[in-house]
Amino acid sequence: MPSRVVVLDYGSGNLRSAQRAMERTGADVTVTSDPHAALDADGLVVPGVGAFSSCMSSLRAAGGDRIIGRRVAGGRPVLGICVGMQVLFDRGVERTDPRPGAEEEVTEGCGEWPGTVDRLRAPIVPHMGWNTVRPPEDTRLFAGIGPQDRFYFVHSYAVREWEFVATNERIPRPKVTWAEHGEPFVAAVENGPLWATQFHPEKSGDAGARILANWVDTL
Amino acid sequence: MSVAVRVIPCLDVDAGRVVKGVNFENLRDAGDPVELAGTYDADGADELTFLDVTASSGDRETTYDVVRRTADQVFIPLTVGGGVRTTDDVDRLLRAGADKVGVNTAAIARPELIGEIAERFGRQVLVLSADVRRVREGGQPTPSGFEVTTHGGRRSTGIDALEWCERAAGLGAGEILLNSMDADGTKEGFDLELIRSVRARVEVPLIASGGAGAVEHFAPAVAAGADAVLAATVFHFGQFTIADVKKSLREAGHPVR
Repeated sequence: MPSRVVVLDYGSGNLRSAQRAMERTGADVTVTSDPHAALDADGLVVPGVGAFSSCMSSLRAAGGDRIIGRRVAGGRPVLGICVGMQVLFDRGVERTDPRPGAEEEVTEGCGEWPGTVDRLRAPIVPHMGWNTVRPPEDTRLFAGIGPQDRFYFVHSYAVREWEFVATNERIPRPKVTWAEHGEPFVAAVENGPLWATQFHPEKSGDAGARILANWVDTL
Repeated sequence: MSVAVRVIPCLDVDAGRVVKGVNFENLRDAGDPVELAGTYDADGADELTFLDVTASSGDRETTYDVVRRTADQVFIPLTVGGGVRTTDDVDRLLRAGADKVGVNTAAIARPELIGEIAERFGRQVLVLSADVRRVREGGQPTPSGFEVTTHGGRRSTGIDALEWCERAAGLGAGEILLNSMDADGTKEGFDLELIRSVRARVEVPLIASGGAGAVEHFAPAVAAGADAVLAATVFHFGQFTIADVKKSLREAGHPVR
């Protein structure tokens, strides 16, 4: 039986590419906003593009934050992509201007992980294009990926500090993958059932296909 | 390591068919944009751009179909431009599977469109395409000496090109596709002065277009400040390949995929 994957449709992003790229792994993929299907699936993909605040309000309106929370509590896999990763953190700060003191809008996220999504400090923003990543050892998400492999990023905001410190040694440590554009930022996370990438695996050619297949293999 | 310079082939598509002649061996159908997209993907293209030159709006459905079929088979970013006038046009293209949408004339006529698109879909979907040339003798002067044109460079707008790029980025354009109408078709190289001038004014990524005629032309465009390079004819006619361009960029010290 192929794994049943739901791509959560809450009105954000190019879902067709996510669906097709996921289907290439052999998974049985449905794009839907139906909460029951989203809870029931072997794996849930949370896509997302655009602004943190508008993504988060659409996600809440669709009950997506609760679906993610219930799945994670039950140990059921969730994969966040791009802003679908960002909304998993505590909060997003959007700025009209990167300089300190400028007007900012803070939006509460799903709070699955501590941390803040903030504007990248880099000469050229958005960070748009193919970049390399630095996964930790023993990563499952990046199995088979080499240091020269590149992934497609398109974002102006990122998690610039990883704040989750596991003090209990019995809890497996989250595996955090970093990338760099002007400064280091979180490119991917593997943490129990909750995995996420800042880049777009569905748009990252063969390297991205490998990432998706690695995730589907865990379902 | 840093983000790689993107090499982007551009296909002109008219009612679902590639126009402006493509001369490739081993293609079943040289006019099929979907098959060509797959070929360029295999060649190492970092992104694809379709410029929809369909004149009749009745044939628009064909464009959406081409975008759908391409997005179903090619897993690299796809930008579609041409004839985009409203946020609903953008919505249809994104739903069909486009990742980014190019806006040109409609934004000149109504700059608020840029903000409306950025607000609804995020600025990362919006590529502002600017057809720029030096003001000709007898033309209306602009502060920078560069002006924005429409109708493939045939019509002046009198708008200063550098101010326009800066304004568009401020309004919400996530990227600028800079077409030099002076260099376009010359095959003598990119317009480095134009690239440098726009680079100095905007912090969004810049795609250089127009003038590529040799492999050696690409690295200077990147050195001048381009984050990506776009070409059509030289790739379509197999004058050199995307891999050739990347090799030359790599030798010049620029990161490529």
